[in-house]
Amino acid sequence: MTAAYLELIRIRFLTMLAYRVNYYSGIIIYAINIGAYYFTWRAIYGGAESLGGFTAAQMTTYIAVSWMARAFYFNNLDREIALEIRDGSVAVQMIRPYNYLLVKVMQGFGEGLFRLTMFMAPGMVVVCLLFPVELPADPARWALFLVMIWFSFLINTQLNLIVGMFAFFVENNEGMIRMKRVAIDLFSGVLIPMSFFPLWAQDLLAWTPFPAITYLPSSVFTGRMSGAEAWEALLVQIVWAAVLVVPIILMWRASRRRLFVQGG
Amino acid sequence: MWAIDVADLRKEFKVQKNREGLAGAIRDLFRREYTLVTAVKDISFQIPQGEICGYIGENGAGKSTTIKMLAGILVPTSGRILVNGYVPYKERETFVRHIGVVFGQRSQLWWDIGVIESFRLLRKVYRVSEADFRRRLDELVETLQLQDLLHRPVRKLSLGQRMRCELAAALLHQPSILFLDEPTIGLDIVVKTEIREFLKKINREHGTTILLTTHDLQDIEALCSRVIMLDDGRIIYDGGLEELKERWSKGREVLLSFGQPYALDELARLTEGMGVRWSRENDMTAKVWIPKEQNVTDVLARVAGPKDIRDIKIIETSTDEIVREIYRAGSAEARAESAFPKGTGGDGGTAPGGAPISGGTGGAAGRAGGTEQCGATESGGTGSAAGGESNEAMSGKEPNLAGSGAAKPREGAAGGESGGGTPRETVGAGSGTP
Repeated sequence: MTAAYLELIRIRFLTMLAYRVNYYSGIIIYAINIGAYYFTWRAIYGGAESLGGFTAAQMTTYIAVSWMARAFYFNNLDREIALEIRDGSVAVQMIRPYNYLLVKVMQGFGEGLFRLTMFMAPGMVVVCLLFPVELPADPARWALFLVMIWFSFLINTQLNLIVGMFAFFVENNEGMIRMKRVAIDLFSGVLIPMSFFPLWAQDLLAWTPFPAITYLPSSVFTGRMSGAEAWEALLVQIVWAAVLVVPIILMWRASRRRLFVQGG
Repeated sequence: MWAIDVADLRKEFKVQKNREGLAGAIRDLFRREYTLVTAVKDISFQIPQGEICGYIGENGAGKSTTIKMLAGILVPTSGRILVNGYVPYKERETFVRHIGVVFGQRSQLWWDIGVIESFRLLRKVYRVSEADFRRRLDELVETLQLQDLLHRPVRKLSLGQRMRCELAAALLHQPSILFLDEPTIGLDIVVKTEIREFLKKINREHGTTILLTTHDLQDIEALCSRVIMLDDGRIIYDGGLEELKERWSKGREVLLSFGQPYALDELARLTEGMGVRWSRENDMTAKVWIPKEQNVTDVLARVAGPKDIRDIKIIETSTDEIVREIYRAGSAEARAESAFPKGTGGDGGTAPGGAPISGGTGGAAGRAGGTEQCGATESGGTGSAAGGESNEAMSGKEPNLAGSGAAKPREGAAGGESGGGTPRETVGAGSGTP
């Protein structure tokens, strides 16, 4: 069975690669995004030394790293699942001897690997040449970061599964899908690092899974968190990944009975 | 042991009622109303191993719903199902290893990759050994003539080509039961014949049990030793095709050619009291309908004396006609006795004289489709405007790797294929809670 799941990752990777124009434009778009954020933040900093606990140099690195993480964890599984539920192709998935949700996760993983290696790695090279990004030299930090963005992927994907499965229960969950996307970009720290939020909002967000997606791994990688704090961040991610399994299983069970067919 | 054993199987759906007008829509926002639709009403049947059984009925009679319950896709409301000794919905992942399913209106191959890549993936999914896979593939490629198709992406296949690949995909793991939901829909006569021959062959050589739904009675005549006919969720006939004809055909027609022009009145007078009906074909030829209980020779004897008969042709009632007659009679009864809407939605509207209530559900489904499309365009718009999202737009456009491509609106060819002049069926999800 593992072989089948690995095959799914490989096939998604190859499918993504098949669309060449998308591939080249993707690299450029990632570089442009990072550039846009870099210039915006430089304007915000003006002459200031540091804002929200970030120096201007740290902010540049934070942006680059957040985008790198996002390239890996981002996927449209919620939309894919909702579409398959609405157009009925989920029925075809049910006649195969595999777990539908796991299949989706594997496809998302294939996509993430593709973006990370094919978009982000070349994109980062461009960015490092253009902007003053300081990447850490410590290999342990790189290793921890890789583990952490894997959990980012897992948590984000779990949220996507939950939002996508809402299509079983409501007629149209498009609004929910968009809301989730905005919430993740805003609250996970891609647009604005957490430390820029008011204190009460920071306390509130600490109880949501969002910071675990971008803010924690990026903070560890840029060196704003280290030692025990870094391990704690990883622990938070693990806990969230475990907690989110519960609603997924409950929803999946409930949805088996809700699935219905129109048209006899 | 039965291959399929079903007892008192029942499936109910809760269908959302959409109230009319703006006020209705606003009230729907707070309190939804539901209609309970019973698609399958306590049916029982058994199918022995190695049988080819046809499952027929009007649109919305509950055929696909039954197949979907048998295949483990839908969970029945009540009743007992045992397929291959498994309860399909309970042990789905183990159970589906031993069955093959083909949906005529839905592709199960991976849309973007070559046919052979799909087959290889299925090999891994079903854990078929490389040697078995090779042997099986060679056999299927030869009988279904797939040699030239193997390396083409699925989206570039014609419907007939795709259907042959779908059959191969469903049989790679050598299932003991094959479910076919309208396998010949939209296919030309040559491909239809090929597929029938192929199904007969695998049934003969591997003893595969086959259950197929179809609207094409020639499928049934060519393949099935047994027919189960469904109407409004109930079985109205279960038995051989010949007996079906025997039981339901009420009479036959005979064409008589005379030596000279005739008068209908005269013919009617000659056969008075026999219950026959005369009609004029042309000046020299008349058609007579003779009820089943009347002997053809008796009628001929009365006519042959005074008239000069040149030629006689007996027209056997076609299965199509018989079935049309049954549908008409059956649905009329069902509608009178039951307050439930016929069918479960979507295609109910196309049923002959389809009940108005199912037409209403169809409208709702159509509307959902509309919103969906509209949502897609909108999100495309925001994607390019935000710029930040355009790099992901790619995955937005290509979401359906494991899904059915046929459903993707952007593929013109796919739309044409799955359209095929027939209502597309939709699997949806109930909304709201009881």
